[in-house]
Amino acid sequence: MSKFKKKKGGDLPAINTASLPDIVFMLLFFFMVATVMRDSTLMVVNKLPAADQTQKLDKKDRVMYIYAGKPSSRYEDKYGSTARIQLNDKFATVSEVGAFILAERASKRQELQNVLTTSLKVDSDTKMGLIQDVKQELRKVGALKINYTTRIGDYTQNLK
Amino acid sequence: MAKRSAPEVNAGSMADIAFLLLIFFLVTTTIETDSGLNRKLPPMEDQVDPPVIRQKNIFTVLVSKNDQLLVEEELAEIKDLRSLAVEFLDNGGGVGDEACDYCQGKRDESSSDNPDKAIISLKNDRETSYKVYIAVQNELVAAYNDLRNREFIRLNPNLGINYVEAQKKYDDPRTSLDEQDKLKPKLDVVKSMYPQKLSEAESTKSS
Repeated sequence: MSKFKKKKGGDLPAINTASLPDIVFMLLFFFMVATVMRDSTLMVVNKLPAADQTQKLDKKDRVMYIYAGKPSSRYEDKYGSTARIQLNDKFATVSEVGAFILAERASKRQELQNVLTTSLKVDSDTKMGLIQDVKQELRKVGALKINYTTRIGDYTQNLK
Repeated sequence: MAKRSAPEVNAGSMADIAFLLLIFFLVTTTIETDSGLNRKLPPMEDQVDPPVIRQKNIFTVLVSKNDQLLVEEELAEIKDLRSLAVEFLDNGGGVGDEACDYCQGKRDESSSDNPDKAIISLKNDRETSYKVYIAVQNELVAAYNDLRNREFIRLNPNLGINYVEAQKKYDDPRTSLDEQDKLKPKLDVVKSMYPQKLSEAESTKSS
């Protein structure tokens, strides 16, 4: 018999799938860890401007968020295309900002009530008038610490 | 002759490899945190009598409704704003009590006396776009940070970090309290050398 008989072709050995569960679990864990839960669904366009002299906003429990921008395309028919403020899950007017801040502040723990920061997540194309009004409201209720939340990036990206 | 098929690959270590990868990702991913420019709004109560500030100690920045920049009554580009602000803050033109011994500016008579007196006044129109406003804010903060970096390195040459890095380290909750206590006085010294005095006027209505 020849020593160099060709191997029998045809049936390939089945690929072992015993580790498939591991891989799936790995992916699952990865996404579980890396996902940030959004507490409110965005109803406005929210492309943040870029800045590079930023400070981190640690400790999520000390932050109140105010969103502003044009209503996103889904809501455009109903709310038009002028920039609006979003508080929690609904659109709001400037005059509601004060009440919102007071309610948020009351919902936090006592010791945190004086160290709260208001994060302004405002779309790049918003006009300053709206932000000025919001700031004025914040001053009225004494929420003086604010943070213009931005993307990390060079300021020249804003000028295009 | 026995039929010889390819030997089965041992998959026993597959799980280990998977866990290795999992742990790698666990360690390297950081949950995204927001970052931005921190500002403090002035309190609502009007000051009874506003302090007298000499015109030469005020650096006016005006952003028009067409997003043009007017710095000290002259048209300017945003890219020049940082160096203009640094020049103004670091001028140190004062004499006697108001002299600034660490300033490296031109000591121009017509510019600011010392960084403690120097005030940047930012004024914008209601029609100014937010992104340009942020760019201007960013550059003004950068001017302060540049100067603070310089002084921080000069005062603490063997620390190997600059002011911004030190501040970041100080703010990081993972830094030990011991280290925070060591950093705080150093940061405070530099902060008092170049205090951030940025005043924002209420925006003007565009006609």
